Amino acid sequence: MISILRSIWLVFLHALHRRVTVQYPEQAIRRPPRFRGRIILSRDPDGGERCVACYLCAAACPVDCIALQAAQDEHGRRYPAFFRINFSRCIFCGFCEDACPTYAIQLTPDFEMSEARRQEMVYEKEDLTISGPGKYPGYNFYRVAGLAIAGKGKGQAENEQPPSDPKTLLP
Amino acid sequence: MSPTAVYLVTIFGLLIAVFTLSAGLIWYERRLLALFQDRYGPNRVGPFGLLQSVADIVKIFFKEDWVPPFADKPVFVIAPAVIIVATLMSFGVVAFAPGVMVSDLNVGLLFFLAMSSMGAYGVALAGWSSNNKYSLLGGLRAAAQVISYEVFMGLSLMGVVMMAGSFNLVRIVQAQERMWFFLPQLVGMAVFMVAGFAETFRIPFDLPEAENELVAGFHTEYSGMKFAFFFLGEYIGISLVSAMLVILFFGGWLGPVLPPLAWFFIKTFIFISFFILVRGSLPRPRFDQLMAYGWKVMLPLSLANLVVTAGILLWRRS
Ligand code: SF4
Ligand code: SF4
Repeated sequence: MISILRSIWLVFLHALHRRVTVQYPEQAIRRPPRFRGRIILSRDPDGGERCVACYLCAAACPVDCIALQAAQDEHGRRYPAFFRINFSRCIFCGFCEDACPTYAIQLTPDFEMSEARRQEMVYEKEDLTISGPGKYPGYNFYRVAGLAIAGKGKGQAENEQPPSDPKTLLP
Repeated sequence: MSPTAVYLVTIFGLLIAVFTLSAGLIWYERRLLALFQDRYGPNRVGPFGLLQSVADIVKIFFKEDWVPPFADKPVFVIAPAVIIVATLMSFGVVAFAPGVMVSDLNVGLLFFLAMSSMGAYGVALAGWSSNNKYSLLGGLRAAAQVISYEVFMGLSLMGVVMMAGSFNLVRIVQAQERMWFFLPQLVGMAVFMVAGFAETFRIPFDLPEAENELVAGFHTEYSGMKFAFFFLGEYIGISLVSAMLVILFFGGWLGPVLPPLAWFFIKTFIFISFFILVRGSLPRPRFDQLMAYGWKVMLPLSLANLVVTAGILLWRRS
């Protein structure tokens, strides 16, 4: 009997507590920096596309919502001819970001991407690519990779020594 | 105005007031429950979400009004109406303020008790005619619950009747001029309140519709306006029991400064809020616990109250 009255009283006291509801559209909600939301494709610090069209993200994606086509420019640098993410299928698991060797594909804290028509949930490369480097400001894949590319020969990458000449070992 | 016109104005005014108030109560309950649970509740439609009930009503009008093919059709259709009619009839004898009432019946209290039992028919018939095991179980529970709780609901009020010397609700209020009856009749009030929860099938005594065991109990098969009738009936029932509590134990319209009608509504609203608070705090008992509680605790308590009140009254008179 006492416990019943006590629980009624305790519930009544909750009328004086602060409400926990966040009034979402008017009141901004806090999202941590690693929140997994809308996916973007980032660029190198010097403005080139980071994506090397390796297909790793497409292979990692559990729902197969990434479609891309590899191409090569005149310097042998790979890039995606098209890059398409179907956000009506994406489950925002972040596996693509984990798989990417170049930090090109990244998930951002934006999640307000509702559309009236389903076709508009398919984002093309132009919709995905942003102007900056995203979460990894200093990183430039071609500057740390061993591959010779326009403006950077063998052995000119960061932390790389010039290739040794095996002929010097000859007697 | 002629007496007939006054009559009609009171009746229709009352009908409109009760219906709008009960619809508004749905909003009020949701906001208040939210307050007790640290949330906001419906606050989007109109100022403070006040138009939520209007939106709900519009929506429910456009819902399909479906009668299942396996149901007992005439009874199925009548059942929700029985509930509404029975609860509204009781409002006919409620004394809001001096002169503001539909019928100054000399056995008003008995009429209220009779009509509140009629409401149980609506629930039992709804459960029966739905031809659905969950509905049937809900109807059975409702019948058993109402029969047991009605017994001491009536008995708990006899103390008040003895002190006022009348079944007439106006006379009962007038008898509280010197002291509101909840002081000498504390036990009677407690018992009546518990019985009131049971009669209106409110949590913690909402076993007939216990949604986690019986889907939705007696109104599982109902949709559209018929469902709305059950819903509205429940809220009218809450207002009715609160109004009766005020009349029988808390001096009805009596109070200083403010006009009588205002006092009546303030007091009634306090009890409606209490109903909602209890809904927010107590879990539902098992059915055997409910029965044991009724017959083994409440009945003896109300009988003891009756005997003691009668004894004291006789002793004072001699
Ligand atoms: S977040 Fe997951 S589901 Fe979405 S594109 Fe990346 S791998 Fe696919
Ligand atoms: S986004 Fe990353 S993982 Fe996907 S194809 Fe481009 S470089 Fe490869």
